[in-house]
Amino acid sequence: MSPPDIEVVDDQHVPRDVDVPLERLRDHLDNTWRLPPGLFGWLCSIDHKSIGRRYIVTAFIHLLLAGALAMALRVQLAFPEQQILGPDQYNQFFTMHGTVMMFLFAVPMVEGVMIYLVPLMIGSRIIAFPRLNAFSYYVYLVGGLMVWASFFLNSAPDAGWFSYPPLAGPEYGAGKRSDVFAQMITFTEVAALAVAVEIIVTVLKLRAPGMSLDRMPIFVWSSLVTSFIIVFSMPSVVLGSTFLLLDRLVGTHFYNPAEGGDVLLWQHLFWYFAHPEVYIIFLPSIGLASHVVETFSRRPMFGYPAVVLALISNGLLSFGLWVHHMFATGLPRLGNSFFAASSMTIAIPSGLVLFCWLATIASGRLRFKLPMLWIVSFFILFVMGGLSGVMLASVPLDLQLTDTYVLPSHIHFVLIGGAVAPLVAATFFWFPKMTGRLLNVPLGLVQWMLFTIGGLSAFGSMFLLGLSGMTRRVYSYPHTMQWDTLNLIASVGAWLLGLSFVLFTINILWTLSRPTKAPENPWQASGLEWSLPSPPPIYNFVLAPFVSSRTPLWDSPGPLPVVGGLRFDRREVLVTTVVEAEPDMRDPVPEPTVWPFIAAMVTSVILIASMYAPQPVAWGAIPFAIVMVAWLYPRRMVSPPAASVGPQAHQA
Amino acid sequence: MKPHLTLDIRALPSYRFGHRSPLWWGTLGFIVIEGLGFIFAIAAYFYLQNQNPDWPLGRHPGLLWSSLFTVLLLLSEIPNTWTKRAAVALDLGRVRVGLMMMSAVALLAIVIRVAEFTTLNVWWDSNAYGSALWVLLGLHTAHLLTDAFETFVMAALAYIGPLDARRFPEVEDNQAYWDFVVLAWIPIYITMYWAPRWAAGAVL
Amino acid sequence: MNRAAAILAGAALAGCSRNPSILLDTAGPHANEIQWLFWLFFWVCAAVWLCVIGLLGFATWRGLRRWRDTPAPATAPAEERRLVAWVSTGVGLTFAILTLFVGASYAVDRKLISLDSGPTMEIQITGHQWWWEIQYLGETPSAQFTTANELHVPSGSTVKLKLRSSDVIHSFWIPNVAGKRDIIPGRENEATIRVDRDGVWHGRCAEFCGYQHAFMGLTLIAETPDKFEKWKASQRLPAAAPQSDEEKRGQEIFETGPCGACHVIRGTSADGHSNYAPELTHLKSRSSIGAGAAPNVKGYLGAWILDPHGIKPGVHMPPNLQNADDFQALLAYLETLK
Repeated sequence: MSPPDIEVVDDQHVPRDVDVPLERLRDHLDNTWRLPPGLFGWLCSIDHKSIGRRYIVTAFIHLLLAGALAMALRVQLAFPEQQILGPDQYNQFFTMHGTVMMFLFAVPMVEGVMIYLVPLMIGSRIIAFPRLNAFSYYVYLVGGLMVWASFFLNSAPDAGWFSYPPLAGPEYGAGKRSDVFAQMITFTEVAALAVAVEIIVTVLKLRAPGMSLDRMPIFVWSSLVTSFIIVFSMPSVVLGSTFLLLDRLVGTHFYNPAEGGDVLLWQHLFWYFAHPEVYIIFLPSIGLASHVVETFSRRPMFGYPAVVLALISNGLLSFGLWVHHMFATGLPRLGNSFFAASSMTIAIPSGLVLFCWLATIASGRLRFKLPMLWIVSFFILFVMGGLSGVMLASVPLDLQLTDTYVLPSHIHFVLIGGAVAPLVAATFFWFPKMTGRLLNVPLGLVQWMLFTIGGLSAFGSMFLLGLSGMTRRVYSYPHTMQWDTLNLIASVGAWLLGLSFVLFTINILWTLSRPTKAPENPWQASGLEWSLPSPPPIYNFVLAPFVSSRTPLWDSPGPLPVVGGLRFDRREVLVTTVVEAEPDMRDPVPEPTVWPFIAAMVTSVILIASMYAPQPVAWGAIPFAIVMVAWLYPRRMVSPPAASVGPQAHQA
Repeated sequence: MKPHLTLDIRALPSYRFGHRSPLWWGTLGFIVIEGLGFIFAIAAYFYLQNQNPDWPLGRHPGLLWSSLFTVLLLLSEIPNTWTKRAAVALDLGRVRVGLMMMSAVALLAIVIRVAEFTTLNVWWDSNAYGSALWVLLGLHTAHLLTDAFETFVMAALAYIGPLDARRFPEVEDNQAYWDFVVLAWIPIYITMYWAPRWAAGAVL
Repeated sequence: MNRAAAILAGAALAGCSRNPSILLDTAGPHANEIQWLFWLFFWVCAAVWLCVIGLLGFATWRGLRRWRDTPAPATAPAEERRLVAWVSTGVGLTFAILTLFVGASYAVDRKLISLDSGPTMEIQITGHQWWWEIQYLGETPSAQFTTANELHVPSGSTVKLKLRSSDVIHSFWIPNVAGKRDIIPGRENEATIRVDRDGVWHGRCAEFCGYQHAFMGLTLIAETPDKFEKWKASQRLPAAAPQSDEEKRGQEIFETGPCGACHVIRGTSADGHSNYAPELTHLKSRSSIGAGAAPNVKGYLGAWILDPHGIKPGVHMPPNLQNADDFQALLAYLETLK
């Protein structure tokens, strides 16, 4: 007996997707899933592909801007004792370069790729919590704008991308510079945490029927592990940066040793996050690279279970390394030894993944297309970086090498080789699916040569500079140190690397201006996303796919098996069980809405205002609460509401 | 080309309770994130204690209001569980009563919390000990306020509508979040109000 | 201004300027041990890298050979087993190499700890933005003295350094001698060094500490115990009394003007307060000024006093414009502080 006030509608008689012909179904779906027109529609969009693209484009712009800063840094350092950039400018430039690259490019870029690809790879129409997804993008966007605004106002953070107090604290960090840094953390981590929760729920609950956990694509596993790393590591840095803001703004003493605080507390809280952060950047990248390797080897990845276990181990181990950033700070030796051993250990899972790739390539039927060249760069550059990392894991050796140019050498080798190269490979690989066009190959070849040679020269020279005693974060150096030649080579290498990105940008823009002629599956890849038109329609799959293998397109020639029964007169998505992906629920999807945008703007105003005074946090809570009510308030369903109610219904 | 149909899922419902609902997982995700924030804050407290042999660096915070608050929260698990069960049973009448009860509880908790702040006996800018105490209490208060507000809105929604069965899992989720507010308070309460006393050598 | 010439001249005056490498010209047992460890790591890592690239080339060649074949739904079991063997070998080798590395690091670490025993003297070093305060500790207060930016040690002796910060995080590093140790405000860290080779060794701050982190240099002079004792004895003495009228006038300007508020010269009235700035009692005994920013010659000293920011922009010392006579007197006085 159902209570009187609840709407009781049995929608079992409403027509479903398999009840109409395919062409009619496409028309219905186009209609049901359409956006409002114009700019308003753009602001209302909660389509994961649209939001993913925005993340990718915005992150790419940050890459180019921060890269331009690096070009300027290398102009200053190309010759000794130059005064092109004075110390204050240089300190802002190098801090912005690192900060923007790590927080505004690398993490958001992999987030954007996850947001775009994961629902397609698992056969879903949406990412979980699509409105939150849109909200997260706008928060990220404003955070980035705030940081660049501070730069152009001569108020950029200037204490390095890890912003150690007391240099970044209230006594020695004048102006708003370090406040901008600390609040940027809040912006970007709020966005990242939201995305992480969305990805976890998407992967666990929205997979196509039949896609049990052991049939998930490797990138989906990467995304899942990465999202867990985000959830478990970011609260640390959010708390740490909040402590810094409080110290600077309202006089708390978390990092003030004169009143019981501790300078190293910041380092622990920061590095507890920032070491896993590099795995947040690295794991999705090797996931992407795994797809490239598998596709062009034309055989399923060798050792799939081992690769998945390696990803999970990397994720878990990454939490046990952070003190290796603090070996020189005078912590007890026993602790240092533990972290040295764990830092060495993490090389094993990464090595395992690389060996599995080699086995796949060697036993495959290799078609050497342009994306594979970037896998070669990965091996050349990342392995070099990883090995220098093993050197840094040794405590006595680290005490000589840390804080010298060996560090920038190591981090750039692993980031350029281990993250950027796979991202470029992924761009060449998925560009035809995203846009319907193939990127230009000759231009890509030139880009690749500049990238690899530039990277090797720049960061190889830096390694040698570190061995020669050059410390990092110096705005200039005396001629008498005999560092001139290596610095010049490093600068030339860096400029070549920069040039490669200019060519990359030209390639992308030029290709986008050409007609869409790419075949649907130019690489004959195996994933579900390759069964869709290029670019995919807003609702992704016309009918929910049914999956019975790890490489569906290779194992099901002919029409893909599908699951029917979803409504097409309202937005609906299929929810499945966590492990076996059995169908469990038809979940209505929210309509496009502008409230996430508005909520993000209110949040941004509160966050920016609270860099100047604490009251906005209190007053701002009121408009924020109102907007959240408007956002979450349930609407009547456009078509008859769902919900059969009563005991028999939810026992299905 | 006719699609190759393997399954027809039209009979599936459009709402689920507990771990079968995506929203439940989302709520769990945010509970984990915020719980970790608390864990790191508590860790920072003990880290700072470890750095300072003469901890605590000020007077102990008052026990009266904080203990009252603790008792209230623990007792509130009774109406909270009742409300959750009503939601799972899709019983609108009892859900309405339950949400009104929980709204009253939340309001009372906020009032006591305000009193608690006035008896902390040390300022956030006196020293690191004061800073840690204020941040711990402040973080928990933020969660209390958020869930209180959500409970008020849900209570209003239970009367105003529009309602369909999908609202019931949301009530269950909200009350699960209240469980978190209660559960997270226990270690924070012990850290703030008892750890300084133990550090100073007080016997329980 | 031509800082290039300044530094060059300073270097020529300071004696030979070596590249402060961690690998070449090691000056003591700490650096020697680490150098050995580095070469072990380097050659093994280089071999690993070449191996991996070689394997990539081999794998690519094998894969390319079969590119015309149709993709097989699954690889033959025999081939899969071979691949498992190869991958397992790879992982096993990785584990073995890492074990070697951990073992070697541990051994060197133990050796370094053993080198720390039996220090014969203690020096307290306080890091400031952007200079080093160096205080030689002794049994009696009269045996203690303070200098700045230049450290003398007797070669062959184990010296314990107590490291403190007066402001932000710095890091003490002399590459040819030993690994670095951070200087953390609120804590006292320790480092032990032993320099076995006489000579001039260059160090620098190794933790970003603000504007002039790049030019927070340190000079370490290792000399025979006799020479060291002579140096120590002369450093313990207060400043020589000025002789000429001009020099006396210079001392008066120092004491009554802004200089004496920050700088200490023992034997004058500008004594008894803390060192907010480098102690100048034996200023002219040092090879450079501004922590390595300029050579310690009259012309540069004068330029520094008039406007330190022309040489080292951002330092905490303000410019000091004076009339010509006073300025010459001050310089004349400072030149006597040997």
